Amino acid sequence: MKAAAFEYAAPRSLSEAHALLREHGEDARLLAGGQSLMPVLALRLASPAILVDLNRVAGLDELRGTSAGDLLTGAMVRTRTLELSAEVARTQPLLHAAVPWIAHVQIRNRGTLGGSLSHADPAAELPAVAMASDATLIIAGARGTREQPAHAFFTGLFGTTLAPDEILTGVRWPAWPTGRRHGFVEVARRHGDYAIVGVALTVDLDPDRLVTGARVVVFGAADTAVRATAVEAALIGQPAGEPLAAAAAGHASDGLDARGDLQASAEYRRELAPVLVRRALLQAFGLSAPRASR
Amino acid sequence: MSLPAARPIRLRVNGETVEGQVEPRLTLADFLREHLRLTGTHLGCEHGVCGACTVLVDGRSVRGCLMLALQADGAEVVTIEGIAARCPVRGEAVARGEATLSILQESFRDHHALQCGFCTPGMVATAHALLAENPAPSAEEVRLGISGNLCRCTGYVPIVEAILDAAQRLREGA
Repeated sequence: MKAAAFEYAAPRSLSEAHALLREHGEDARLLAGGQSLMPVLALRLASPAILVDLNRVAGLDELRGTSAGDLLTGAMVRTRTLELSAEVARTQPLLHAAVPWIAHVQIRNRGTLGGSLSHADPAAELPAVAMASDATLIIAGARGTREQPAHAFFTGLFGTTLAPDEILTGVRWPAWPTGRRHGFVEVARRHGDYAIVGVALTVDLDPDRLVTGARVVVFGAADTAVRATAVEAALIGQPAGEPLAAAAAGHASDGLDARGDLQASAEYRRELAPVLVRRALLQAFGLSAPRASR
Repeated sequence: MSLPAARPIRLRVNGETVEGQVEPRLTLADFLREHLRLTGTHLGCEHGVCGACTVLVDGRSVRGCLMLALQADGAEVVTIEGIAARCPVRGEAVARGEATLSILQESFRDHHALQCGFCTPGMVATAHALLAENPAPSAEEVRLGISGNLCRCTGYVPIVEAILDAAQRLREGA
């Protein structure tokens, strides 16, 4: 159906945007790519009094490497831009592997990095990828800018630490360390559907192929993307290989507060998480090739 | 409570400059259909899932139902009504009035890639943008490229074949 009526503002600067948020408080919603918010409005799951459109704010869509080898991506960078970026392909292999799995090309042409992270859908890829990549979120409030590691940003179902007057302005992806490997697996009924369960992970291997670090993130299974800390603990100090992948993956559902919905029961998600963690670990260990599509 | 006042927009649609006065919540799809009477763009789900409303904005395929008309101010929009004129091979003939269908549209017809036709405008717009970015797609790339467009009639196989055939004919220049 059609959205309920709302006012609309398209500020040209961040300070103008902040002024609007200050003025309207909880009555305002930020509009980025619109690929999550517009369906919410059309289904009348929310009816804000005013939309503050970020698409005309200058300076939120940069994509550049830093001298330290980090990658800076503005919040308004379209996910399609991330998908086609040679810089991302070269410097952030996990992000590069995951982006083609986000919905469909028409969604990626408008949807943004910042919008996806701020919306915090439990089945979204980017929150999990940001967590597994040790990314830092850059957030601008009326009182100044703060930075927060991705793994501390997501607080619950569609919940983040963003205060009503705050705007996510960018993400910093740390330089990819030598020896870091990634894995990404997602299961959905059709390509482009919301993930039933997905896994985004990075592991660090030393020259003897011992695991020295791991960030294993399961998404779609609970109210937020979650670090599978039991899997990570089982990996540290162990030699990479099929036996380790199988043994560590078995812990994927330890303490997992799985959710059930129309797509799948909580029990199904608890069953699926270890299977996908094992597959993602095999990818990271170089023992299997990732699927390009499903 | 009174409704928000209408605001002016000015954009190009199918090569022509158009103006309108739009309520903030009016979607681009509704603007095209209701204000410009370009009803080739269809509304299926109105929440971004089905792809029937896909149009081209600044060369990119997007969901018309997920953009506000206000957001299209200053943009270059192409709908199914204007796709034929954009055909790299047939476009000039279409502009001269000597042809009506693009190579891609002919290929859809030849391969029976439409039955009821409801998904077709969105499907053709998507395929047009796909081939503009990737003139030699594999069958798998075509399937991935149209994954955001639902069809209830054809089973997709003739659509994929039509797009692959059109790609080849476009590469051959005829």
